[in-house]
Amino acid sequence: MVAPANNAVDRLLAALPKRGDGGARFAELGFPTTRDEDWRFTSVAPIAELEFTAATGDAAANLEASVFSEIDGPQLVFVNGHYSSELSDLDELPDGVEISNLAAAVFKPCEADDAFGALNAASFTDGARVCVAEGVCFKTPIRIYYLSTGGDGATANIRNHITLGPNSKATILESWTGADSAYFNNAITELSAGDNAHLEHVKFQNESPAAFHVAGLHATMGRDCRVAHHSIALGGRIARNNIRARLDGTGIEAMLNGLYLPHGKQLIDHHMVVDHLQPHCESHEYFNGILDDHARAVFHGRIHVHKGADKTDAKQTNKNLLLSDNATVNTKPQLEIYADDVKCTHGATIGQMNAEQIFYLRARGLDEDAAHRMIMHAFAGEIIARIGCEPAREELDRLVWDRLEDK
Amino acid sequence: MKMLEIKNLKAGVEGKEILKGIDLTINAGEVHAIMGPNGSGKSTLAQVLAGRDAFDVGEGSVTFNGQDLLELAPEVRVREGLFLAFQYPVEIPGVNTTYFLRAAVNAVREHHGEAALNAVDFLKLMRQKINLLELDESLLKRSVNEGFSGGEKKRAEILQMALLNPAMAVLDETDSGLDIDALKVVANGVNTLKRADNAQLIITHYQRLLDYIVPDFVHVLYDGRIVKSGGKELALELEEKGYDWITSGELQTA
Repeated sequence: MVAPANNAVDRLLAALPKRGDGGARFAELGFPTTRDEDWRFTSVAPIAELEFTAATGDAAANLEASVFSEIDGPQLVFVNGHYSSELSDLDELPDGVEISNLAAAVFKPCEADDAFGALNAASFTDGARVCVAEGVCFKTPIRIYYLSTGGDGATANIRNHITLGPNSKATILESWTGADSAYFNNAITELSAGDNAHLEHVKFQNESPAAFHVAGLHATMGRDCRVAHHSIALGGRIARNNIRARLDGTGIEAMLNGLYLPHGKQLIDHHMVVDHLQPHCESHEYFNGILDDHARAVFHGRIHVHKGADKTDAKQTNKNLLLSDNATVNTKPQLEIYADDVKCTHGATIGQMNAEQIFYLRARGLDEDAAHRMIMHAFAGEIIARIGCEPAREELDRLVWDRLEDK
Repeated sequence: MKMLEIKNLKAGVEGKEILKGIDLTINAGEVHAIMGPNGSGKSTLAQVLAGRDAFDVGEGSVTFNGQDLLELAPEVRVREGLFLAFQYPVEIPGVNTTYFLRAAVNAVREHHGEAALNAVDFLKLMRQKINLLELDESLLKRSVNEGFSGGEKKRAEILQMALLNPAMAVLDETDSGLDIDALKVVANGVNTLKRADNAQLIITHYQRLLDYIVPDFVHVLYDGRIVKSGGKELALELEEKGYDWITSGELQTA
């Protein structure tokens, strides 16, 4: 096992541009295996088997049929990990709002403690930079598009940096889409929300079902801030979201809200660690999944309530609806509590369509098919409904509905 | 006019017979009450009439307005006018109550060749009905039955009955768990919906409900059979003597 993995590491590093430590840390860590607790249910062997090439820009790429296109406002576009000034639109930004591609040369990434993070730090090409100054309330959603047009093995490392100053407010909408090939996106988003900042962050991940998507969201939050992250995950042969949230201030409310709809042979994995470091904070994780065919999903949620983080209110729910006997879910809600006087709950369900609910709907005149669809829509709708940005919510609701209807 | 005719109905679950031969005829304009102790088969009868496939129907027949009811899918039964108010209304998180009610009303309308109601017309209809049941309109924005109190759930069932306007309503222990005020509201709703051309079958464990919904006939169900039928005075007698009267065997030999 070790030899081919190392081989893959060498091949990957040889293909990519390098910075920082030149990939030394990544080479040291290597691709994780399923013996690694954090990757127990997700084998990245299919990624290691790719014929890696560095993804390059593509002038022919376009935003046709993209999500959120009806929404006006600034948009940043990255094609295969490279900034596209042609497709981006950053006119008329108000004072205090800076949106650009990451000034790659100047930016110093935070240290990575995992292999994909280390790979990203050593090889990222570009990414989004959003900076909202103290006290600025920017109501227009900021849209960031990541298009992938490369072929099999085309690898892009993308680094985003989002900073909200104290008392600021912003909405960010991300879209990940791509050509029908086995490309590989490895992204890291560093997010920092200042005291009393309000952020809604929507990630719509609809990569090709052949593609690989590994993304880390590293969020640090200041006191009294409100951060909502919505992960709507539809695509990827293997799609893994590593979400790390540090609640390092009092009075924070953080919401992680996710929906995954794998079908075929897709695997969608959400791996979360929420650290409560200060008292009087709330964190809520709501994840629903609908799985069909031979699809798999993983939910790993760990809430770590540190000593002194009293009066923590943490909630974790993961609900799964299996439409096929061959679909699999591994769910692992975890609480580690070292503080006093906390309110923490977690729960997970995995089930087929609920026969009582179906009968109830039929007893009210809906036929069996309509009843099934209504339940399925409800399951997804519960998550979608938490998205505050109305035009995004409505569009995602339609897209998710279309996706479910296709089955 | 005969509306519902049940003949020698036998049904059970997983090989265990629960209904052991029920005979019952209900005509338009009548209110029938079925009383019986726990485990007598009351709810099974309600669920079989509504078409729950968890129960196996063995022998017997059920004719509803001239049709073989047992041959109809659950949704067709309600579209044809046989409505069940559930003993335990089911919570459906994520399904908006208004959306659900409109889908139900329109499924029934379309079955009868009527045009579907748009959102505005539906809301008008619903506002009329909701006042009858003293339900808070905010419930309609919530998910179906989710987080409703026991009384709200039961009133919501009667709201559905009012909206679907069935020829035959089966109320399965709609009174269970209600306090007296909620019971009066529910009973008032049911009474208001009564007409000469519809019928009601009230299933209850307690005589109390029948103080407010006065039945034309009372039947006592015990061990899967109707062991005694009579007028409304039978309910009072049952209340007075208790179900021991039946379970002790006195009734069967009387």
